[in-house]
Amino acid sequence: MDAINNLFPNLSAALDSLLRRFLPGTVVDIVMMLVSIVTILLLLPVVFLIMTYLERKIVARIQDRWGPNRAGPWGILQPFADMIKMFTKEDIVPAKADKIIHFLAPVIVAALPFIAFTVIPFGRGMIGRDLNIGILFIVAVTSPAAIGILMAGWGSNNKYSLLGGMRAVAQLVSYEVPMGLSILVIVMLAGSLSMQKIVEAQSGPGNLGIGWFIFAIPVGPIAFFTYFFSAVAETNRAPFDIPEGESEIVAGYHTEYTGMKFGLFQMGEYVSVFGQSCIVTTLFFGGWQGPLLPPYVWFFLKAFAVVFVFMWLRGTLPRLRVDELMGFAWKFMVPLSLANIFLTGILIRLVQIIS
Amino acid sequence: MLQDYTYVGLMTVIALIFPIIPVALAKILSPKKPSPIKNDIYECGLETIGDSWIQFRVQYYLYALLFVVFDVETVFLFPWAVSYGVLGWFALIETFIFVAILLLGLAYAWRKGALEWV
Repeated sequence: MDAINNLFPNLSAALDSLLRRFLPGTVVDIVMMLVSIVTILLLLPVVFLIMTYLERKIVARIQDRWGPNRAGPWGILQPFADMIKMFTKEDIVPAKADKIIHFLAPVIVAALPFIAFTVIPFGRGMIGRDLNIGILFIVAVTSPAAIGILMAGWGSNNKYSLLGGMRAVAQLVSYEVPMGLSILVIVMLAGSLSMQKIVEAQSGPGNLGIGWFIFAIPVGPIAFFTYFFSAVAETNRAPFDIPEGESEIVAGYHTEYTGMKFGLFQMGEYVSVFGQSCIVTTLFFGGWQGPLLPPYVWFFLKAFAVVFVFMWLRGTLPRLRVDELMGFAWKFMVPLSLANIFLTGILIRLVQIIS
Repeated sequence: MLQDYTYVGLMTVIALIFPIIPVALAKILSPKKPSPIKNDIYECGLETIGDSWIQFRVQYYLYALLFVVFDVETVFLFPWAVSYGVLGWFALIETFIFVAILLLGLAYAWRKGALEWV
């Protein structure tokens, strides 16, 4: 039982001690880091392929149609068909586009969500590096995606792309604020920025005896609401997908992208959806904690449940208009999250006085 | 701690190189037949009218300005939040005053119509 629960940490420790017999100390450290990095970087595209299939099936079923069911039984081979399509499409670069910026934009948008997975705790003892500024690192690393989108909009030499890129940056930047403020509530409840400590503070006798932070009435659900909808807006998902609004602004900032570069934008979007789901499970739903199954199984179950909610929102809600979107951020979310922080402060102080 | 940030540095470098591999593979596998019509800029099927790098509105700048103010405020609130467990009532009241001053700024922007999307 314990062997299955600690499968991956034990494998990693075994590999470490095996290498130490042949190689000097620092080289082993670097090799172990590379093994860990490559594992994460190989896991995420697999998750991406699964998510593209799930998205099309789930949104289709919500819309009362079948979704892909031709490529393989139940359409399981559809992601591979999509992959082959992306690789073999011609790469059309528009005339007079800024070639370097046009090339670098999808690379940046696709690369940044991967870096955030350094500090996501996949299980007990399974984290890339438990930085003591964990959650702040994630906020810092997911912010420059706005630059990538701006580069895509500017470098395409297309009015629609530029407009889409500017709107996307305005949206991303407006929703960073409630995101950071909701994280502050969790940090106050957990007393630390480190992701493993936040997960450990959610077990019963943790910090304030609340259990998972979403059950910390009334601040937990409010923080969950503000963080979750900021995350939906940050990843440009429906109902906040004006920047890539499919029927309104042609395709927004990725109008002029074809083939693999478009595939990279999609990969960046889905990997950042998965990243935000992992962060939501870590902060609010107790991360890898759960009764019978191994910790990493619980983590993926919870993360995919949150991914399902992302896709459910996409299939159900209509798109917000751009001024409604901005008004929602600045006039509702920011005051609500600030009020939430003070409510948390007062409640923690009162609990400390009472106990 | 050096080990931690060596990991982050390696991860950043490898993650930035990682998306270039599929693009390079696609350049090998895909057809290359550029033509002037294919490379034209898309504007709903018409010829483009005017220059593409248009002047954009100042509204975007106002949102960025508000973002900077509130982001700096969030950065100041992070150390307070981490060490909240050991601070007393004085810290709470003082932070409340700090945030209230910034909220006054948001209220002013709201009343002046800076938050409206023209």
